[in-house]
Amino acid sequence: MSDLSVLYDAPGPRAKARNLVYSAVFLVLLGLLLWWALDAMADKNQLAAEKWSPFVNDSRMWTTYLIPGLLNTLKAAALAIVIALPLGALLGIGRLSEHRWVSLPVGTVVEFFRAIPVLLMMIFANQAYAQFTDIDSEVRPLYAVVTGLVLYNASVIAEIVRAGVLSLPSGQTDAAKAIGMRKSQIMLYVLLPQAVTAMLPALVSQLVVIVKDTALGGAVLGYAELLNQVRVITANYGANVIAALTVVALIFIALNFLLTSFASWLEGRLRRGKRSAGAVLHGADTEMDFDEPHVEPHARK
Amino acid sequence: MFDFLDSGQYDVLGAFWVTVQLTFYSAIGSLIWGTVLAGMRVGPTPLMRAFGTVYVNAVRNTPLTVIIVATSLVLYQTLGITLAGGDSKGIGFRLAVLGLIAYHATFVCEALRSGINTVPVGQSEAARALGLGFFQVLTLIVLPQAFRSVVAPLANVLIALTKNTTVAAAIGVSEAALLMKEMVENESDAIFLVFAVVAFGFVVLTLPTGMLLGWVSKRVAVKR
Repeated sequence: MSDLSVLYDAPGPRAKARNLVYSAVFLVLLGLLLWWALDAMADKNQLAAEKWSPFVNDSRMWTTYLIPGLLNTLKAAALAIVIALPLGALLGIGRLSEHRWVSLPVGTVVEFFRAIPVLLMMIFANQAYAQFTDIDSEVRPLYAVVTGLVLYNASVIAEIVRAGVLSLPSGQTDAAKAIGMRKSQIMLYVLLPQAVTAMLPALVSQLVVIVKDTALGGAVLGYAELLNQVRVITANYGANVIAALTVVALIFIALNFLLTSFASWLEGRLRRGKRSAGAVLHGADTEMDFDEPHVEPHARK
Repeated sequence: MFDFLDSGQYDVLGAFWVTVQLTFYSAIGSLIWGTVLAGMRVGPTPLMRAFGTVYVNAVRNTPLTVIIVATSLVLYQTLGITLAGGDSKGIGFRLAVLGLIAYHATFVCEALRSGINTVPVGQSEAARALGLGFFQVLTLIVLPQAFRSVVAPLANVLIALTKNTTVAAAIGVSEAALLMKEMVENESDAIFLVFAVVAFGFVVLTLPTGMLLGWVSKRVAVKR
C-alpha cells in the first residue's frame, strides 16, 4: 500500500466541502495554539526585538558563540564516527566468527553496550578520566563524550556490519571458497567490500544519532557544544532563552535534515544502480533498530 | 564491596522506580500522540498531512536533549507553565514526560506508517466498497492490522524510550542517570561498581521488554 490515498475515495463535491471544514477547524486550532504561545511569550517580554535581533544583526553572536558551538558538536561527532567505524567493523566481524570463544564474548559486549543508555557511559567515562588519567579538565568533557559515543555506536555499527555481511547471498562465500581463498581473504576481499555499499545509508543515519547525542554532553557534562552555548548566549544577551533555543534547534534540524536526506538519496541511488548482490540496508531510524536487523533467511548458511 | 548501596545514602531502587514511571507515562502518551500523528499523515486533509509531515521531520531531527531542556527552560522557567503545579520535583517529572512524548511520538508515527504499508490494498478497497469513510477504514480495518505487524518496531521504540529517560537528568529529574552521576562523584573508589549496578538495572529493564514483545510480535503477526 505505497500509495496511501487508497485509504479514502477520491473526494467528490461533498467530501471536498467537508475537507475544507476540517481544514478550517484545524487551522483555527493551530492558530489558537500559536496565539496562546505568542501571548504567553509577549507576557514575559520574550518577543521584544532586542532579544531576537542579535541573531541577525550581531555578527559576534555567530562568530563567538554559535559557530564555535556547532564546530564543537561536529568535532565530537566526527571523532566518534571515525573511531567507532573501525571498532564497530572489528566487533561485527568478531561476532560473525566461527570460533565460539570469539563470537560469544564479542556478542556479549555488543549486546551490553546497546542495552544501556549512552549517558551512563559518558558520565562514567568523565569520572574515570578524572580519576585515572591526567587529561586536562578543559578537554575532559570532549574525551568523555567521544568515549561514550564510541562505545555505544561501535556496538550499533557492529550490528549494521553483521547484517550487511549476512545480507549477501551464500554463493559469494561458496565461490570464494571454491577458488581457494582463506576465511580472512573471503571477508576482506569478497564480503566486506560488498557489505560496505549496502551499509552506507544505515551508517549515514547513524551519524544523525551521533550528532543528536552530542547535545547530551553539553547538557550534562558541560561540553561546550551548540546546546551549551544557549546558556552563554542568554547570559550575554539578556535572558533571550526562547530565541536562543529556537535558533539552536533550527541549526540542529537543518544539519540532521541534510544528513537524513543524504542517507535516503544514497539509499535510492544504491538501490537503482545496484551491482552487488546484497540487499541495501535501509537507513531510517537506526536509533530504533534494537533487535537484529532483519535478514533474509536464505541469505547465508 | 557494595557498602555504598547499604549506607542508605542512595535510593537506587527509588531512582529506577522514577525511570520506570517516566517510561510508563511517556510510552502511553507517545503511543496515543503517535497514532494521531500517523492518522493525520495518511488522512485526506492536506493541511493535517502537511502539519504531520513538518512536525515529524522537525522533531525527529531535534536532539531529545534540546527538547527536554526546552521544556524546562522555556515552558517552566520563562513562561511559568507548571502543568498542574506542585513541587519542583513533580513539575520536572511532568515536563520530562511531555518532552519524551513529543519526541518519541514521531518514531511511533513512522513505525505505524510503515505498518499501514504492510496491510494489503485489497483490505481498504473492500472496506471502501462497503461504503466506509476514511475514519472508519482507518480505525476499523487498517490500524488493527497495522498494529499487529508493528509490535516489533514499537518494542524497539519502547526500549529506546527506556534508555532515553536518562536524558531527563539534564533537567534534574532524580532518575537513575542523575543518581549515578551523584554516586560516581562521591564514591570515587567504587566507580566501576556503581557503573555496573546502574548498567545492570537498565539491562534488567530493557532485555525482558525486548524478549517479551519479540514473542508477542510473533504471536500476533498477521499470517499472509
